[in-house]
Amino acid sequence: MDVLGRYRNLIVLVGVLFAQLLGLAVQVRRTSDSESTRLIRVWAVGAVTPFEKALVWTQTSTGTLWHNYFYLRGVRAENRSLKAQIEQMRLEQVRMSQDADQGRRLQALLGFKEQFISQTMGAQVIGGSGSELSRSIYIDKGYNDGIKTDMAVITGDGIVGKVLRVYRSTSLVLLIDDQTSGVGAILDKTRLQGILRGTPSGEVVLEKVMSDETVPVGEMVLTSGGDGIFPKGLLVGRVTKATPGSELFLNIRVRPAANLSKLEEVLVVTKMDERQAEPDQTGASRAVDILAQRLPGVPSRPAENAAAGTAAPGAAAALTGTTKAGTTTAGTTTTGAQTTSGSDSKPRSAPPQASAAVDPLAARKTAPAASSAEPGSESVPKPSSGLPPAARTSATDAAKVSPKPVKAVVAPKPQPATEDSPH
Amino acid sequence: MAITYTSGEQVEVYRFSWPAALAILLGALVLQAFLPIWLPFVRIFDLPLLITIGFATARRNPLAGLLTGGFIGILQDALTHQPIGLYGISLTVVGFGASSLGIKLDVENAGARFLLTIFFYAVHEVVYFMIARGLVGLRMAWSWPHEFLSGAANAALGVLIFMLLDRVKQRT
Repeated sequence: MDVLGRYRNLIVLVGVLFAQLLGLAVQVRRTSDSESTRLIRVWAVGAVTPFEKALVWTQTSTGTLWHNYFYLRGVRAENRSLKAQIEQMRLEQVRMSQDADQGRRLQALLGFKEQFISQTMGAQVIGGSGSELSRSIYIDKGYNDGIKTDMAVITGDGIVGKVLRVYRSTSLVLLIDDQTSGVGAILDKTRLQGILRGTPSGEVVLEKVMSDETVPVGEMVLTSGGDGIFPKGLLVGRVTKATPGSELFLNIRVRPAANLSKLEEVLVVTKMDERQAEPDQTGASRAVDILAQRLPGVPSRPAENAAAGTAAPGAAAALTGTTKAGTTTAGTTTTGAQTTSGSDSKPRSAPPQASAAVDPLAARKTAPAASSAEPGSESVPKPSSGLPPAARTSATDAAKVSPKPVKAVVAPKPQPATEDSPH
Repeated sequence: MAITYTSGEQVEVYRFSWPAALAILLGALVLQAFLPIWLPFVRIFDLPLLITIGFATARRNPLAGLLTGGFIGILQDALTHQPIGLYGISLTVVGFGASSLGIKLDVENAGARFLLTIFFYAVHEVVYFMIARGLVGLRMAWSWPHEFLSGAANAALGVLIFMLLDRVKQRT
């Protein structure tokens, strides 16, 4: 008893250390949070975050008051500069929307499924973990706001991390520079894929890129979408250094696009949708042109030219009516009766690609005559690769039906009819 | 007769009122989590560690020191995404050591406090490094210049914090 009393402090120390070591070992063995540690975390976060929120609120309010009511120096100049910037960006937007439309049309042709961010939620950063070994932040949104684990967190500059733990009104976000994080990434130009990881010193590296590849410094790193958390194509950062690693892989350092050490507001991606790419209705004529290029070239045989020329407009008109009844234009009304009957006899629910595929065929069948009449019409014969067989068959069938002569078709400009037909 | 390195007078033992102790602890945790978001360089400081040393040296009771250290460490762990116990174990050791040493040494002057804080900062880092690497399997970057700089910065801040703690501690 005397010995126990004498070494009481040491015995308690050993006991406390042993208990903690045991708890640590249990946690390391488990992959997910157990309920007991979850409770401790909830209590600790519940005790600390209200004060952090109050501090952030005070700071934000003071900043807002100062910047919006007192410190307005240079606002007019800034306003002018921003207006000029908006003009510039509008121009750029027009160009980019055209590119995007074209991209969508091509994706639709290939049956491409795209994943996109459909809903985000703004959140304020209220604090960090307070440890250099745990690169994470707390945001002021929790499960009461619809936040769930594994949601992507981004800023306008680039990706930030993912939601790791969700509490009632706060969430813990694991940053991409933490050593336990992993993001599927792809290099913008070289299209090399790898895994983005953090290091203990807080740097970000791209792993698993073979050392025989060449990675230029300054190349953009994007999300690859392979991790199932971040949608494809979000900016991660830029390559700052690429050296041969110790093993088969390159040692690629990446500077994150988002300033991870000074985050104030972030966006949580609360909803991501996957949809089949659909061409923009306004740009339908372009898709038709693209399809027209994919159709097989028809050898021009003088004997059949007349019949083919007759058939094409009929088919085109009929299927134009199929796609969008009532959109027959001046060009197709020449073949009047067939256009109307085609529109009536075929239901609207016919596959749009069939009409899209056939329409250009009609244009192509009339090509020898039409091209001479319309210099702008695109009718470059190319081998067919992406056209659905059904569409080709129906096009051929339609071509066989029409008994009209060539001249009746060519004269009144068939091209606008195809251009106006949306699909 | 035990040899002690006190100032010759009786060793003073202090206590902290519960509200003051809780407020200090909570303040340290909040500032540790909040400040680095706005001032990234503040990450170099470890306020919960300094509070643990401050409490332990004032109380001069190894049992109270280790329990206080363990409690603060577990709270600090709970705010991270790492397993609970990393800070808990290292602050338990620091709390025990600081209070045991507080009995033997005069820790009332700034120089002694500075050295004491550097020493326990090193103890804390070594224990933390060993557990994180050996038991949890985390990759750790050890840099001597960084550790020296952090130790000195924490010790300097520690001296100031201990002066603030002196104002709220009560003689038993």
